Amino acid sequence: MNALVFRLTLPILFGYLPLGMAFGVLFTTQLDYAWWAAPLMGVVIYAGAGQILAVSLLAASAGLLEVFIAMFVLNARHLFYGLSLLGQFRKAGWKKLYLIFGLTDETYSLLTSRTRSQDTLHELDVDFRITAFNQVYWVIGCTLGALLGRNVAFDSTGIEFALVALFIVLTIEQLKALGDAFPVWAGAAAAGVAMMFLPPAHQLIGAIAIVTAVLLLQYRSLRAKSNAEGRSHV
Amino acid sequence: MSDTSYLVAFIAVAAAATFATRIIPFLFFERHTEHPLVKHLGRFLPAAVMALLATVFLQRSGNWAAVVPGLDAILAGALVVGIHLWRRNALLSIAAGTAAYMLISQTGVFEVALVS
Repeated sequence: MNALVFRLTLPILFGYLPLGMAFGVLFTTQLDYAWWAAPLMGVVIYAGAGQILAVSLLAASAGLLEVFIAMFVLNARHLFYGLSLLGQFRKAGWKKLYLIFGLTDETYSLLTSRTRSQDTLHELDVDFRITAFNQVYWVIGCTLGALLGRNVAFDSTGIEFALVALFIVLTIEQLKALGDAFPVWAGAAAAGVAMMFLPPAHQLIGAIAIVTAVLLLQYRSLRAKSNAEGRSHV
Repeated sequence: MSDTSYLVAFIAVAAAATFATRIIPFLFFERHTEHPLVKHLGRFLPAAVMALLATVFLQRSGNWAAVVPGLDAILAGALVVGIHLWRRNALLSIAAGTAAYMLISQTGVFEVALVS
């Protein structure tokens, strides 16, 4: 099973190693704290953009309330991810807490896009391993970056495009699985609107809020339609 | 507060805030798992989120100051779509697109035209 999980998470390895390293390098070159705090943050916080924001908050010796608010707002898009996994995680038992803890953009993408068998417990075990593998890649990246600092020799410029490519591939897979292009176009359009009107830090949450509102409206109109049909059959 | 205790408190607070964003839906909506609205979102939200993540990060990886703005990201993105529709092998599509993007950004082929 681990071979399958490794194959599924390989694109994330290519994304998380260089991004984790970028965070580690930033941490050691910008701050005077011990290097091990970088991997520690990868273990207990585990959020890409969040940890990079944390470097600038640490550099500014930000107040703890300010830290809480800034991290909460930056990660607020995760609020919506859980909504679509309520049923899927239901029978996960003790694994559930870790599955929720490890719900990054990339892990969410893999968990909601892969094909699943009828064997719920087996699939939850795969979900759990996917989450753990991804976090291991991230922590290795944070550690390497913090230790190597400026001495990173390999020119990996552009390798983080692996995550963009992953999102594109998963969009195509979602489209084929759903057989309905509406959510895909709605998502892309919401992203366009958010990018036009919001600063980069709020674009993701803005786009997710817009598209959730669109899906709510779609739900209402579908219900109204099926109610009308229900009455006409009587 | 000493440096180390500030750092420890900082990491604890940052971790709590991040975890809060991930667990809140499970705390407040668990009882409504069977509600048709929650099911509707569960079915359609992932596709919408995937499309918006792809759009936002594709835009961010583009060099919009190049001769043809964003050509690096658009070309690599189109390659991913084309190869994926052709072979439907996720790793192959991702590897090809990433290699193309790395080649473009490391050689700067699209910036040469400006100089010559």
